[in-house]
Amino acid sequence: MPQYSAFRIFAEGLRGNTGWQPAWRKARPKPRYQVVIVGGGGHGLATAFYLAELHGIRDVAVVERGLVGQGNTGRNTTIVRSNYLLPENNRFYEHSLKLWEGLERSLGYNVMMSQRGVLNLFHNDAQKAAYTRRGNAMRLNGIDAELVDREGVRALCPIIDLDNGRYPVMGGLLQRRGGTAPHDAVAWGFAKAASDRGIDIIEHCEVTGLLVEGGAIRGVRTTRGEIAAAKVGLAVAGHTSTLTAMAGFDVPIETHLLQAFVSEGLKPLVDCVVTFGAGHFYISQSDKGGLVFGGGLDGYASYGQRGTLKEAEHVFATGCTMIPALKRLRALRSWAGVMDMTPDASPYVCRTPISGLYMTAGWSYGGFKATPASGWCHAWTIARDEPHALNAAFTLDRFREGRALDEKGAGPFPWLQ
Amino acid sequence: MRIPCPFCGPRDEVEFTWRGDASVQRPAAEAGVEAFHDYVYLRRNPRGWTQEWWQHSAGCRAWLRVERHTMTHEIRKVEAA
Repeated sequence: MPQYSAFRIFAEGLRGNTGWQPAWRKARPKPRYQVVIVGGGGHGLATAFYLAELHGIRDVAVVERGLVGQGNTGRNTTIVRSNYLLPENNRFYEHSLKLWEGLERSLGYNVMMSQRGVLNLFHNDAQKAAYTRRGNAMRLNGIDAELVDREGVRALCPIIDLDNGRYPVMGGLLQRRGGTAPHDAVAWGFAKAASDRGIDIIEHCEVTGLLVEGGAIRGVRTTRGEIAAAKVGLAVAGHTSTLTAMAGFDVPIETHLLQAFVSEGLKPLVDCVVTFGAGHFYISQSDKGGLVFGGGLDGYASYGQRGTLKEAEHVFATGCTMIPALKRLRALRSWAGVMDMTPDASPYVCRTPISGLYMTAGWSYGGFKATPASGWCHAWTIARDEPHALNAAFTLDRFREGRALDEKGAGPFPWLQ
Repeated sequence: MRIPCPFCGPRDEVEFTWRGDASVQRPAAEAGVEAFHDYVYLRRNPRGWTQEWWQHSAGCRAWLRVERHTMTHEIRKVEAA
């Protein structure tokens, strides 16, 4: 497998780039593995990588229905941050951000992590108080957070219309260590690092059944034959319910669509990630120059992977309120991911009612930034058959115990989270 | 997506508000915590045909029980709740 370096790029440049090898190995399924991970997105590949890297478990297959990184991993707005209020989320996402900060070194692959800052705008006193509280909660856990005033916002992103007629901007909560990481590079980085450590990545291999005997997992049935495994981990986002139904249990998940959009390419216009506080809108600029932006859920359950015009219109309207200059732009592409929405918008990284079956799921609309820590905690839980302190609260039965982690306070309605 | 309201005829989805799974049944008051947990939180969440509540909130405001496909968004049955 190739090792990347500046010298290598220079040398290949002289040879017409003819010496590059595929970044990772496409495998055929073997009849038996110690661990099978279902889902070849960021979370599944990260789980496999950390199983090999930190727990010495290399007899692992990642089975993927389609192509690596073509599900939600390739359908988000690439934002990375840890600006959460509740201590359980706060600590988990900070662990994730720390893994992001060292990810390129860990993987040996350039994921183009860019800590350009994440700025959440506020527009009234109540919102300012709520954001101040969140910033303080972050700082109590040792996470960087700054409250900036109008002039601070103007300095960070001059293109924002601070005095727009309906929702003038009062200031913002800034996390400078937040930023973006192009998602395709992240998927390929984890695939390469996992493959380098002997893990089999098997594409076009759809799981059609879970083999369960006496309450314990025995393997998976796939379109490429049965694969026996002592342990199985699910990392399939919006399709989690489909797989748990195969094992005979329901989970607190509803599948909803979240859209994202990219504009035509521009010169540098938006330097950091900005979120609008008077509507659901967030924007950043990719390295290619396209503005990448998105909004809220489409509003009803769907597996369609295509968005509705209703939500697209809301996103464009909100964006043009925040940055009127966007009116001159054309959207180049739009897409939708299938979100595994939970009743409190917090995830499940846990054991399941089936012995030997684990899951990292329920990431709602926040899965991308969680990719490394999700894999890290999922791998820990699989290897030791018990959760790490960081994911101990992310259980399936927390609602039964009255321990919901409702960051937004929206109540038990997944579509309102 | 257009939803054929039994009172107003086919109308655009923007006039409607979704209110979740209509297949779950509220348990009897004395059914216990387990039954209420399952009612409030657990969902079958099918990739296919599903029963759900919609309100024609920007129209006649009637509550409807709709049978809809979650992959194709095809609607095959709408009735007043």
